[in-house]
Amino acid sequence: MSKIREAFRNGKAFIPFITCGDPDLETTGRIVREMEAAGADLIELGIPFSDPTAEGPVIQGANIRALAGGVTTDRIFDFVRELRQDVRVPLVFMTYANVVFSYGIERFAQKCAETGIDGIILPDVPHEEKEEFAPACRACGIDFISLIAPTSENRIAEIAKDAEGFLYVVSSLGVTGVRSEINTDLAAMTAQIRANTDIPCAIGFGISTPEQAAAMAAIADGVIVGSAIVRRIGEHGRDAAPVVGEYVRSMKNAIR
Amino acid sequence: MTNPKGRFGIHGGQYIPETLMNAVIELEQAYEFYKNDPAFNAELETLFNEYANRPSLLYYASKMTADLGGAKIYLKREDLNHTGAHKINNVLGQALLAKKMGKTRLIAETGAGQHGVATATAAALMGMECVVFMGEEDTKRQALNVYRMRLLGAEVIPVTSGTATLKDAVSEAMREWTSRIADTHYCLGSVMGPHPFPTIVRDFQAVISKEIRAQILEKEGRLPDAVIACVGGGSNAIGTFYHFIPDADVRLIGCEAAGRGIDTFETAATINTGKLGIFHGMKSYFCQDEYGQIAPVYSISAGLDYPGIGPEHAHLHDTGRAEYVAVTDDEAVNAFEYLSRTEGIIPAIESAHAVAHAMKIAPQMAKDQIIVITISGRGDKDCAAIARYRGEDIHE
Repeated sequence: MSKIREAFRNGKAFIPFITCGDPDLETTGRIVREMEAAGADLIELGIPFSDPTAEGPVIQGANIRALAGGVTTDRIFDFVRELRQDVRVPLVFMTYANVVFSYGIERFAQKCAETGIDGIILPDVPHEEKEEFAPACRACGIDFISLIAPTSENRIAEIAKDAEGFLYVVSSLGVTGVRSEINTDLAAMTAQIRANTDIPCAIGFGISTPEQAAAMAAIADGVIVGSAIVRRIGEHGRDAAPVVGEYVRSMKNAIR
Repeated sequence: MTNPKGRFGIHGGQYIPETLMNAVIELEQAYEFYKNDPAFNAELETLFNEYANRPSLLYYASKMTADLGGAKIYLKREDLNHTGAHKINNVLGQALLAKKMGKTRLIAETGAGQHGVATATAAALMGMECVVFMGEEDTKRQALNVYRMRLLGAEVIPVTSGTATLKDAVSEAMREWTSRIADTHYCLGSVMGPHPFPTIVRDFQAVISKEIRAQILEKEGRLPDAVIACVGGGSNAIGTFYHFIPDADVRLIGCEAAGRGIDTFETAATINTGKLGIFHGMKSYFCQDEYGQIAPVYSISAGLDYPGIGPEHAHLHDTGRAEYVAVTDDEAVNAFEYLSRTEGIIPAIESAHAVAHAMKIAPQMAKDQIIVITISGRGDKDCAAIARYRGEDIHE
């Protein structure tokens, strides 16, 4: 069983997202350790990209701050290697196709395995293009995580059947960012996913409050939160770690 | 293994969020049906001929030919189209297709504003809602076009993210499309983005080379030795090349914007300075750093100021069928002024890149050889910026 599957054994999983190097890697390291201590079951680490087309303004801002600070893919691999001296929680990278492609897909996957990354999420690689990336990941024991969107409909079964690690269920149309309400029939979507796979599914996009998290956890195996955390990092900068830790604790408690 | 769908050699593909996949599949299915539908094609041809002023003239530039002293030069006058550029060809096709698909709203990106104006025009004509995303930097460079779009009933949204130019306008239009798909068609303006856009846009622009072919055969009784067009994403260039691709004796020359030079960082010459990558839905060549971060590109021309190139061009480059040359700001501005004075035709600064290259190669060619340059748009929109480039501050 992959390490990612284990993240879903401790009740409903809470999955926070942060952008590496926002505002610097030292702060990112402190935040990761705080989040692990606060009960995060799996952590998504964003490798910043100059033009993140699936992100709303909050995470776009984090990407810009991180790149302005001089973060590179190689520096992030060094950072993960250092994290892995004490951090045990499963880690997955979230980035864009060109970051992986330009590094060399096989070289990237090998580096992930070497440094202790458990999976990769590429929001601009749909099911149709997955086979360019997934085999190299598989060869290194890295899960290539697929996304399912409210518009997926007739595509759900096929995507779910090939899924690895967990399924990232996109809660609503549009890009990442906090939403006041989520109107998608997520229960119907998760039911269709479960009819095709026993891989856990986690819902992300737009979730920020403990109430929303509890509602999502009632229909899925986990909850993913990005913008609400990244916004706090934007506000608190190098002092963000305790603030984020406290937030993660409240969210994990809400879904226990 | 890469998915073979929508590929030009290794380029192309569909690298987009899952949220958009059913939208592009629906678009592909609709296009596959309507492209063979006689009623659709008749309707589009009527729009081309009765509304957009097609076929566009193929004009023999006798003074330029005499002045350069080499090959005979013809100009394909896409600048005479309604709205002043080749962009209308693609937009009328896509707007009609969107309407058949039951869409009521068009969104678009624009660089120089020509595609935005064309989309706003088609939306007005067909009674559709229209929202245009334009880099804030470009809204300043092309203020007149912003006003034209608003006059035509479109909403113009200035994009402040990234470099606030064309690539950011494309990113923002893609983001908007993921948030509203049911009633909205993304009217992409160039031969780029995910499949099926590069094919759809090419097919609608191919009318340019279809006409050139018939017109030059009528005037000269033979095919040209070279066809030349400017390339940003590459829609007027692919339109100019397409019906000549099987004719190995016709040189296909695309002119990229070198900005201040391909040995500087202030350039937008993708084939000459970029490398293979994946961005904006496609695999192709992109200006980028060693970690795949997309480079901030520069050109005096807002319409060529883009860090990528359409996948079919990338393939034509790989196979050697087409040549891609770099033309600097300085050379383009000289050509802008030269064509104005020599033939009384003010070309768009984008098209002036193609004119500049023709000025270099025509004198080396024999007098019985023939060059066709596509003048993709008219230059009125550029006059204030070129005056500034020459140190003259004029106000409209």
